[in-house]
Amino acid sequence: MIKVRSITKIYGEKKAVSDLSFSINEGEIVGLLGLNGAGKSTILKILGTLLPATEGEAFIAGFSVLRHAEEVRKHIGYLPDTPPLYDEMTIRSYLEFVAKLKGVPRSQLKTSIEQALDQTNLLDVQQQKLSELSHGFRQRSNIAQALVHQPKVLILDEPINGLDPVQIVEMRDLILSLRKKHTVILSSHILSEITRTCDRILVIDQGCLVAEGTERDLRGKAEDEFDVRLEVDGDIRSISDRLRQVDGVISLNLVNTNSVTLICSKEIRPTLAAVVHEHGLGLLTLERRQAELETLFLKLVRGDRA
Amino acid sequence: MNKIFIITMRELRSYFSTWLGYIVIASALLLNGVLFNTFAMGDAPKFSSDVLRDFFYFTSGIGMVASLLLAMRLIAEEKQTKSLVLLFTSPISERQIIWGKFVAALVIFSLLNLFSLYLPALIFLEGKVSWGHVFAGYAGVSLLGSAVLAIALYASALAPTQMLAGLAAAGMTVLMLVLWLLSNKADSPFKELLSYTSIHSERFRPFTLGIIHLRDLVFYLSVAIFFLECAVRALEQRRARG
Repeated sequence: MIKVRSITKIYGEKKAVSDLSFSINEGEIVGLLGLNGAGKSTILKILGTLLPATEGEAFIAGFSVLRHAEEVRKHIGYLPDTPPLYDEMTIRSYLEFVAKLKGVPRSQLKTSIEQALDQTNLLDVQQQKLSELSHGFRQRSNIAQALVHQPKVLILDEPINGLDPVQIVEMRDLILSLRKKHTVILSSHILSEITRTCDRILVIDQGCLVAEGTERDLRGKAEDEFDVRLEVDGDIRSISDRLRQVDGVISLNLVNTNSVTLICSKEIRPTLAAVVHEHGLGLLTLERRQAELETLFLKLVRGDRA
Repeated sequence: MNKIFIITMRELRSYFSTWLGYIVIASALLLNGVLFNTFAMGDAPKFSSDVLRDFFYFTSGIGMVASLLLAMRLIAEEKQTKSLVLLFTSPISERQIIWGKFVAALVIFSLLNLFSLYLPALIFLEGKVSWGHVFAGYAGVSLLGSAVLAIALYASALAPTQMLAGLAAAGMTVLMLVLWLLSNKADSPFKELLSYTSIHSERFRPFTLGIIHLRDLVFYLSVAIFFLECAVRALEQRRARG
């Protein structure tokens, strides 16, 4: 449904997107993950026909976003980071305007508006002016305008930006409800959110695709090193030098007098247990710690040990 | 055509829901009434046709200011509120956006002219003028207004804020107004060129006298279309820049 081929975008002397390629299948929800300024919004703007790529090409529903922009616009719903709302309008009149603009036939106008209002839980407030709405409702109206013509592709730029925890849950449920009915590409810098809503994640750093896959795939890529916590019932400092010598230990950090954290490159827990035993200490804890999602993210985008 | 109508209808609602339409029309009518009583009618005896001529002269000035106020927001406001993104991601061309907005502003401007009809109608109470003179005068005011609306719309497409758009539009309009003054100081062929491109003075005067020259009609329409096309190009370039 979405194909991106070797896209590059240069602003002045700055390369915002560099030779980026990926594709998204129909019905998939895919998240662009990256730090602020990584190039996520630029990619979405190119797909949303808001910005021409300097090089390369992108296709939505088989149409080139550059050469057949008007056709592409019929198939996309675009949610920008700032809601494009006309404050003096009511939610309903706004959606009516957007639906007409997007080419919804007059006979389907009412149904399309009702459906968008229902999907975004705005039925009860449809007659309220957009200027009177809270940030959460404005963001819902923003989603409703992207949905009202039931496009094949939804492009959502930071959909949970500025929402409170309750609104985040609602937005997450809403995005999940779009699965299969629409192909969704969204951006976020919050890894935990993206892993909960997306089938696949594209990790972007400095305009380049640094990793791609499901959460499990990304963990696999990032976890070539992992932490092991070791706790004994005596003074662990007496065996710290011996622990450092174990093959597979990269570094050792003393947590307190009876526990350490080891950064390991391979599975060495049986060896560690044996070392503790041969020095006459009792083993209290020996666990491999799952890396935090954020740590994995930083490893992927920076290549460092966070 | 349908897309132009959609944009026009939204803009018309916007003029009235934000009160801008009411405020511009009411202020212009008030000023029109005051100037009509004070200067057009005056204290000294006058021919009815002279009263009508003066009325159209003052109305043209008020109309130009009203046009600036009506059009300066049309694109600049969308930039400020970031709602331009909605139009840019919808299947609508830049030309349709510009024409839709222009038509809306022109409708409001025409409403303003319609409501001012009672002033020339007053002349009929105690004097005698031809309806042809009234028609020609309003045609001139409408053509001049259309040209200024197009200039202000172009400024609005260029400027990042409404205020800057207003200033730029006022600057361009004043420049095109005073070209006839410059023409007095210039030598041929610049004298003729400057005189020809001035949007008021010699160009507008025939309308106030009840005369419509085809050349004037073509001139005003050309200015309006030229600046509307400039606005289309400005919007296209903005989209290309992102």
